[in-house]
Amino acid sequence: MEFISYFGGVFEPVAFLLLVGGTIGGLILGATPGLSPTMAVALLIPFTFQLSPTQGLILLGAAYTSTVAGGAVSAILLKIPGAPANIATALDGNAMARNGEGARALHLSFLASGVGGILGVLLLIFLTPVLAQWALAFGPSHLFWLAILGVTVIGSLDSKSFVKGLLSGCIGLWLSMIGYDDIQGAQRFIFHDALTGGINIIAALIGLFAIPQVIDMFAKGRQTGTIDAINVPRYSLLSSLQELTRNVKALSIGTVFGSIIGLIPGVGGQIAGLVAYDQSKKFSRQKEKFGTGHTEGLIAAESANNAMVGPSLVPLLTLSIPGSPTAAVLLGGLLIHGIFPGSDLFTNHPQVAWTFINSMLIGQILMVIFGIYTAAWAARLARAPVPIMAAAVLVLAVFGSYSVQQSMGDVYIMLTLGIAMYFLEKFGFSAAPLVLGLILGPIAEDNFIQGSQIAAAQDGSLIYFLTGPLNIFLITLVVASVLYSFWGSLVAQKPTPAAQQEAAK
Amino acid sequence: MTASRLQHVLSSSVILLVAAAVTYISFTQEPAAAFLFPRLISVVFIALAIWNFVRATLGLAKVGEGLSWQVSLNLLPGLIIALAFVFFAAKQLGFYTASTIAFFAVYTIYDPAPLSSAIAWAKRITTTALFMAVMYGLFALLLKVQTPRGMYF
Repeated sequence: MEFISYFGGVFEPVAFLLLVGGTIGGLILGATPGLSPTMAVALLIPFTFQLSPTQGLILLGAAYTSTVAGGAVSAILLKIPGAPANIATALDGNAMARNGEGARALHLSFLASGVGGILGVLLLIFLTPVLAQWALAFGPSHLFWLAILGVTVIGSLDSKSFVKGLLSGCIGLWLSMIGYDDIQGAQRFIFHDALTGGINIIAALIGLFAIPQVIDMFAKGRQTGTIDAINVPRYSLLSSLQELTRNVKALSIGTVFGSIIGLIPGVGGQIAGLVAYDQSKKFSRQKEKFGTGHTEGLIAAESANNAMVGPSLVPLLTLSIPGSPTAAVLLGGLLIHGIFPGSDLFTNHPQVAWTFINSMLIGQILMVIFGIYTAAWAARLARAPVPIMAAAVLVLAVFGSYSVQQSMGDVYIMLTLGIAMYFLEKFGFSAAPLVLGLILGPIAEDNFIQGSQIAAAQDGSLIYFLTGPLNIFLITLVVASVLYSFWGSLVAQKPTPAAQQEAAK
Repeated sequence: MTASRLQHVLSSSVILLVAAAVTYISFTQEPAAAFLFPRLISVVFIALAIWNFVRATLGLAKVGEGLSWQVSLNLLPGLIIALAFVFFAAKQLGFYTASTIAFFAVYTIYDPAPLSSAIAWAKRITTTALFMAVMYGLFALLLKVQTPRGMYF
């Protein structure tokens, strides 16, 4: 119950203001189609430099929580999911809004998000210290395999093609090696002056997540269509609360599946929402109503999306393996403040760790309050014209990446990586494993070098890195994640019965 | 829509070239100790890149929508503005001047409102001015970021 003693830090004036600002800003950004939670958090990182590590993390955590929930606003009112995590929300949420029940759908969505989110953060609170203590037993070889596991898991699971997912991870690992080697003092892969200091993580994060979305907006050209606005008549909040209590089954399914999926590194909220929706449908007595504006589907999807947020930070804070792409960006935010995840975080920086986690708990409550009362307003802002959004994100990305070290080199790297990522994405590559490779590369290399030195004084590298129960367990996980993804891609290539019938015709 | 086989072959060739260059540099540069980890990674990198290339050549690579002519034409003006803004204008003209021009240019080019409409021009100018005022307030006044001044500001 150590976390209780750090609640005071959340209510310090600046910290609380940042929590409120991050929550409201996150709700608006989340409600804006095309602006993903990952990009929102990446763009916010430069603003945290002026803040203390605790304050910076509070801002990023609030934005993470509320962008995921905010995505439901545009999913319900505009039928455009604010983020991939809200795809399942749009299925029943928009149907409810079209039936004149927009306010009811928004109420239920934010209340379910809040319940799921709070339970998810409680899981984070009780599970993290236990795992962090366990991580104390890890030596360089285990940390090396953990870093590789982080890249392979997210490379295998976050990409549609497992070869391209793993290739993205390799590109990230290569990018992490650019610059001077600290131990040998040798230059590695420096093709331009801007690369002398290596690739700055924040500039890379902004480029990899923001610039492809800007170019995607360019690719739409001069669009003349307007988005249909749905009128949102008032609805009693008390009735929504009563309705939520009548849907405990859907709420439980969403929360349980969201929490479990959040704990699995690399899976993320998109799957959480869809899996919970699907399971809720399977367990429902009114299966036929799903997709027509049925509250069970909406509640399950939204509670799962936010229940995923807290647990996705468990592997991040204990083992440096992010549970989602946004958690990977948060890892970058931790590292730039000189804070390393693991047991060190809870023994040397308990103030930072617990205040951050507590702020996420309070943030869930604020998200429900502000979400319910600002949803209609956020939806209006979310209809900002695409050209303005594209121009604003481009300029903000340039300013954000420059302000990290006040270096034009970082801006060049940001834009170059962003443009390259856009084209890579068009051919099935994914930004998340690339970012993981970039972030975990130095951790993998440092531990590989340390491990090699220890191995040289003992029985050699093969025995040191490939034997021992924990090494074998981690290697098995690495191989299993790759094989699982390989099997998944084989299954995906098999024609479905419908496609076979079509081909037979 | 999925990308054509040629597009997949081209993209996988570029990745293969990068992987080959990384592998070559890793195994030929000295001191060898500094390239121990790059060598380990480059072996996996080149193996996966060859696999990806073979799949693309055999027509088995199907993930990714690729690029159509229309999409390429749509994104070209924005891309040129972004490149000119970052690699030329930001340093030569000054950060704020270049940002103002880039914002205004992107907004104008992609705005569906007719170019003959005076109201649309007024809207573009006002939005650009307001946005840049916010950026100046955030970065120059609040965060005190020293940006390149260039010829103007």
